Amino acid sequence: MAEMDTSSGGGHKKGPGVKKGKKLSTRVDLTPMVDLGFLLITFFIFTTTMSQATAMKLILPKDADKPEDQNKAKQSGVITILLGKDNNVFYYEGELDNSASNFKTSNFKDIRDVLIKKKNSVAELKDFVVILKPSEECTYRNVVDILDEMTINVCTRYALVDITPIETQLVKKTEEIAATSPGQ
Amino acid sequence: MGRAKLPRKSTSIDMTAMCDVAFLLLSFFILTTKFKPSEAIAVVTPKSVAAKVAPTKDIVEIIIDKDGKVFLTLDDENIKEIMVNTLNNTKSLGLNPTAFKKAQFFGAPFSGLASFLALPEEQRKGNLLPGIPVKDSSNNELTVWMTLVRDAYQGKKPNILLKGDNLAKYPAFKSVVDAFKKNDFLKFQMVTNPVSIPVGTDLWKKTQAGEKRDE
Repeated sequence: MAEMDTSSGGGHKKGPGVKKGKKLSTRVDLTPMVDLGFLLITFFIFTTTMSQATAMKLILPKDADKPEDQNKAKQSGVITILLGKDNNVFYYEGELDNSASNFKTSNFKDIRDVLIKKKNSVAELKDFVVILKPSEECTYRNVVDILDEMTINVCTRYALVDITPIETQLVKKTEEIAATSPGQ
Repeated sequence: MGRAKLPRKSTSIDMTAMCDVAFLLLSFFILTTKFKPSEAIAVVTPKSVAAKVAPTKDIVEIIIDKDGKVFLTLDDENIKEIMVNTLNNTKSLGLNPTAFKKAQFFGAPFSGLASFLALPEEQRKGNLLPGIPVKDSSNNELTVWMTLVRDAYQGKKPNILLKGDNLAKYPAFKSVVDAFKKNDFLKFQMVTNPVSIPVGTDLWKKTQAGEKRDE
């Protein structure tokens, strides 16, 4: 460590009572300052977040006016996901029953398993189609989340479709039941 | 016998040089740090696993804030000039071309655009502005804007970015997408914050296998 020269010895003694001006060294110990400097550097480096926004691509289909132009999907490979309010997710496989018995409730955590199960159960991968129907009440975040889920589970065929009035009703009704039933 | 006496060297090192280096680095980091420009429109973007960095050139960015209000941003001043001329010719709004070119974003219906441009820049805050009206599907003004953009770019493809807030409702998103579709902008990118791919999923397996992701 750097030192302070406080020694007064060595020089010739003046007589008693003669005060000698202490010769102070001008050298300062810079070690703590270096410590501080590097501490600050580390602090800044660690607190800096690389906020580089990424972008996910979405390619829209052209609106097909004629019904014969529309893509047809095999019923067995179709799963329809509906997005409700408060991050609720509903889904049904194939076509919706008249009694809506295959209308199931899920959430963003479980929908991945549902998708994986469905994907594995479909005989041919090209028949696996996911239809996404966001309702009026769901948020932009829900839409991005579910599109992200498509990327995560490598669902290559998916479509954003408008929700039908019947489905809106169903979503609303199910949400009401869930809201009123205790323990939910 | 007199042994050769090794001179006693001091163990203390001169710290001045090291201190210089430390503070030089510190000042370098501080000076090169770019602060996020405070945005007039507060938007919290959702997260996604997308790894592609959002483009920064030739961008046309549509912003949806948490109330579903829509704003438009363009970075190319030449394009803006073409747009303002077209707007003044076709709609005779009497817009100030300089103010239009300098405007960082647009967030007012056409009828109120002139007064919007008259506002000083620091008073254009997203929460106080009406935004571009999109709710009414028969009078979706964003469609007009996108037509303007398309005509101004003259066949060149701008990078269309959509930056939505987590809490924006789906109808706002849908009307924006409708405006894109009507102008044949079928490809666009959504600005998100990156998150890592969940372990064990198909995409994760793919990336582990070294396959390139098609984005």
